[in-house]
Amino acid sequence: MAQQLTAKEPTAEQISEQKIYQQFGVTDQEYELVCGFMGRLPNYTEIGVFSVMWSEHCSYKNSKPILKKFPITGPKVLMGPGEGAGIVDIGDNQAVVFKIESHNHPSAVEPYQGAATGVGGIIRDIFSMGARPVALLNSLRFGNLESDRVKYLFEHVVSGIAGYGNCIGIPTVAGEVMFDESYEGNPLVNAMCVGLIDHDKIQRGVAKGVGNPVFYVGPATGRDGIHGATFASVELSEESEENRTAVQVGDPFMEKLVMEATLELINSGIVLGIQDMGAAGLTCSSAEMASKAGNGLELYLDEVPQREEGMTAYEMMLSESQERMLFVIEPQHEAQAREIFDRWGIICAKVGKVTDDGRLRLFHQGEEVADMPVKALVDECPVYNKPSKEPAYFAANAAINTAAYSEVTDLTEALQKVLASPTVASKEWVYKQYDHMVRTSTAVPPGSDAAVVLVPGTRKALAMTTDCNSRYVYLDPEVGGAIAVAEAARNIVCSGAAPLAITDNLNFGNPEKPEVFWQLEKSADGMSEACRVLETPVIGGNVSLYNENAKGAIYPTPVIGMVGLIDDIDYITTQEFKRGGDAVILLGDTHAELGGSELQYVLQGKAEGRPPGIDLAVEKRLLDTVQAAIRGGLVNSAHDLSEGGLAVALAESCFGRGLGAEVNVATELRGDHALFSESQSRILLSASQESKAELLALLAERGVPHVEIGTVGGEELVIKVNGKPGVKTQVDELRKVWKDAIPCLMK
Amino acid sequence: MKFAVIVFPGSNCDIDCFKAVEETIGQSVDYVWHTATDLSGYDAILVPGGFSYGDYLRCGAIARFAPVMSEVVKAAEAGKFVLGICNGFQILTEAGLLPGALLRNRDLKFLCHQSPLEVVNAATPFTNQYTQGEVISIPIAHGEGNYYCDDETLERLKANNQIVFRYANDENPNGSLHDIAGICNERGNVVGMMPHPERAVDQLLGSEDGKRMFTSILNAWREQHGAAVNS
Repeated sequence: MAQQLTAKEPTAEQISEQKIYQQFGVTDQEYELVCGFMGRLPNYTEIGVFSVMWSEHCSYKNSKPILKKFPITGPKVLMGPGEGAGIVDIGDNQAVVFKIESHNHPSAVEPYQGAATGVGGIIRDIFSMGARPVALLNSLRFGNLESDRVKYLFEHVVSGIAGYGNCIGIPTVAGEVMFDESYEGNPLVNAMCVGLIDHDKIQRGVAKGVGNPVFYVGPATGRDGIHGATFASVELSEESEENRTAVQVGDPFMEKLVMEATLELINSGIVLGIQDMGAAGLTCSSAEMASKAGNGLELYLDEVPQREEGMTAYEMMLSESQERMLFVIEPQHEAQAREIFDRWGIICAKVGKVTDDGRLRLFHQGEEVADMPVKALVDECPVYNKPSKEPAYFAANAAINTAAYSEVTDLTEALQKVLASPTVASKEWVYKQYDHMVRTSTAVPPGSDAAVVLVPGTRKALAMTTDCNSRYVYLDPEVGGAIAVAEAARNIVCSGAAPLAITDNLNFGNPEKPEVFWQLEKSADGMSEACRVLETPVIGGNVSLYNENAKGAIYPTPVIGMVGLIDDIDYITTQEFKRGGDAVILLGDTHAELGGSELQYVLQGKAEGRPPGIDLAVEKRLLDTVQAAIRGGLVNSAHDLSEGGLAVALAESCFGRGLGAEVNVATELRGDHALFSESQSRILLSASQESKAELLALLAERGVPHVEIGTVGGEELVIKVNGKPGVKTQVDELRKVWKDAIPCLMK
Repeated sequence: MKFAVIVFPGSNCDIDCFKAVEETIGQSVDYVWHTATDLSGYDAILVPGGFSYGDYLRCGAIARFAPVMSEVVKAAEAGKFVLGICNGFQILTEAGLLPGALLRNRDLKFLCHQSPLEVVNAATPFTNQYTQGEVISIPIAHGEGNYYCDDETLERLKANNQIVFRYANDENPNGSLHDIAGICNERGNVVGMMPHPERAVDQLLGSEDGKRMFTSILNAWREQHGAAVNS
C-alpha cells in the first residue's frame, strides 16, 4: 500500500504540466512564485506544504489588509495577535489568556467530531502558552430549527462540544446560539477558551538555539484531517460530504493527559519554545516555530510516531491528527522531559533539530524528501487586496421604512412569540448538557448576560461572553460590527466587570466576491472604531471565509469574544430581579428601530431596513456609569437590552427567581415600537428603594438618559404603555413558553 | 484526620475534592496516584469524578484494575471511610464495593444542574450532620448515572437502609431505579453517589448543602477516636 501510494505521487513535472497544484487551491501565479522561491519545480510533498501554509486559514492572505485595521495594543496587553492566544494583565503577576476559533466546515459535514475537535484545538492554543484553561465558551449559528437537517446538526454539535469539554474537565460556561435560514447548510461553530497564567510562565512558539532537539508529543499521526486547512478555505458543496476524511477525530482523554503533562513540563522551566499542531499539523507548527526564531528546522519523519503503516512524507506533514504538540528544549533536559511524559503515559519522540540555514528540510527513509525556505512558507504568501463593492441589497434595504409596518396590538401575544423564537428562547436544553461547574469556580453559570468565573486564591473574577447579531451586520456591516463589540461590552459591564479586550472570529462568505469583501471591510471598520472607543483591543482571533450555501453567502458574522475583570467578588451582578419592591430603571433612549430585530424576524420572516444606530460615545458613558453604580453597591440587577428589546429584557429579569414586575412606559412611540425596538446602549437596572435616590443622582450627574418605569413584585409581568394595557401575563406561564420552545422542537 | 484523593488518568474532579476537604474541614489531604500501592496512612479515601481512562468502555471498567484499587478495597474492608462521587461511584460498583450499576441516562444526554436530594439515611458516617428526610440541593453532572440493580438487590438495599440519597421533588433526572442517587455498603463505611457534594460547599457557587458531608466524615472519625464535634 505504502509503495503504491508513494509511487502514485505525481512527479514535479507532472504537477507543473497537469496543474495538479490547483487541486490544493494554489493559483497559477502562486505556483510561479513558489517555483521562484524554490529555484526549481517543487515536488508533491513540497507543493502540499506550500499549499497549506499559503491557504487562507494559515496565511490570512485575503484578510490581512482587514486585520491591520484593528487596534491591538493597550496598557494591559501582554501579548497581541500572532501567538497561539493573546494575553492581558489582571494584576498581581497574573494574566488572562484567551482566543476564539472556528470549526465551521468540519461541523457541517461531521457535526459531532467537527465541534469536538474545534474545542480540542482551542484548548491546545491556551495551554501551549503555558496557561491553565479555566473556561470554555462557544458561539453557534444554525439554519431554521424546523428543518430535520438543522436539528441533526444542532443536536450533534452540542453533543460534540459537551463530549470534549466535559471529559477534559474544563467548564463550558457561556455561549450564544442563533437560528436563521442564512446558515442553512453552513452552520457556524466557534469555540473560545480562557486560561490563567503567571507572567513569568508565558511561552512562545519559537525554535530557539541552533542544534537543539525538537520533540513531538501526543498520540501517533494518522491519515485524518489531511488538507483540513485547505478544506476550511473553500466553499462547501454537494461533494463536501465526501470530504469527511478531512475532518479529524478527537480524543479528549488524550488531550487531558497531554495538557497536564505539558503544563508540568512548562512549569519545570526547561521549555524554550512550544506550539500545538493545529491547522496544517506538523507543517505549520514546525515552519512557524522556525520562522519566529529566524532559524531553520530538520525533521526526521521516520521518527514521527505513526498510527498507520506506510505513511508518506506528504501525509505526515499534512495530517491534522489531534492532541499533538511540538517543543524545543536543550539536549541536557531530555531525560527530565521524558520522565514527565512517561509518567502521564504519553508518546514523546525526538523528531528534529534546530538549524541555522533558514530552511525546512524533511528526511524520510534515508533521503531528503523536501527542502524549502522557511521565510517563503511563512511570510511570502502574496497578500490580496480583493476588490470591494457595495452590494445592491444595501441601498435597497436602507430605503425600507420598518417603522411603517402595521402596528402589533396584542403585545402579550407578540412577547410570547418572540420568547418562543429559538434565538431568544431559553438555551437550557443546550447548557444542561455542558458541565459548567467542574473546577468549582463558576459563580455565574450560563443564562445571565455573561458568565463569571472566580480567580482562585484572590477576590477577583473574570466575566466572559460571546456576541454578535449578524442580522444587524448584514443590514449595515459597519454599524453591525460596532454593535457586536458594544453589546459584548454591555454584557460584561452588566456582570460587574470592566471590559479588558476581545478576540474575534470573522465568519464570512467567499471573499473573492466583491460584495462579501465589502462586508468584511466595513464590519472591521465598525469593530475597530468600537474597540478604540470602548478601550478593548483585539488580542487575537480567527478568520473563517468561504462560508456559503446554495443561496449564497451566510450573514456576515464577526463574533466577539470578550473578557472583563471583576476586581472584587462583591461586584458580581446578574440579570434577575432580586427583591419585591425594588425600583426598575431603564437606561438609554428608545427609538422606533425594528430593522434586524427579533420581532421583525418572527413576524416578517426576514431582516430588512436599517439596523439600530449606535453612538459609541453614548455607549462608553453608559458603561462607565453602570460600572460606577455597581461598584457603589447601588444595583441589585443589571440586564442588557438586546434581541426582543425592553419586553424581553423585562421578561428575562423576571424568570430567574419567578418575581414579577409592574411597569409603565411613558413614550411618544407606538406600543410595539416601545417594547420591541432594539435601540442600542440601553440597560435595565433594579435597585432597592434605599439606593434609588443615590443611583438616580449618579445617572443624572453622568448625563445618562434614564427613567424609572416601575417596581419588582407579584407573580405577574404587567407592562403598560402610557398607562394603557400592553402586556399582562403570569411569569410562570411566560417562562414556560420561553423554556419549552427548544425542547419541544427537538422532540 | 488524613484524606486521600485518588487520581486516575482522566480524573477531573480531583482538585475540587481536594479543595472541598481543605476549605470545609481543614484536614490534611493528599493526591494519590493510580499506581500507588499503599493507602495505610489514610483515614478516608475519596474516589473523584471525571472520565477515568477516557471511559470509552463502560464507565469505571478500566479504573477498577488500577493498582490503587486493591488498596481501596483493603481500606474498605478495614472499615475506613470510602466515598465515590460520580465516576468514583461507577468505579466502586465496577470494583464490587457497592452493588448495582450505572447505565446511560434515560434521555441519553449528559446532564449538569442543581438537583434536589432527599437524605434517606442520616445515620451513615457521611450524612450524620443531616436530618433524616431533609431535602438538600447538590449538583449533578453525568451522562451515565441511571442506577440499576435487580429486584432482590433493591429489596436488600431497602431492608438494610443502604439507600443514602434519592432524587427528590419528583425530579429524577436520569431514570434511576427507585430514584436512587447514592447508596452505601452493608457496613455503611463505603458510599457512592452521582451528585457532587464537593461542588456544593460555597453559596457563591450556588449551594453549600454539600459541606455537611465533609463535616459528617470528620465527626464520624472523631467519634471513633473519642472526640466528637458538631458542625
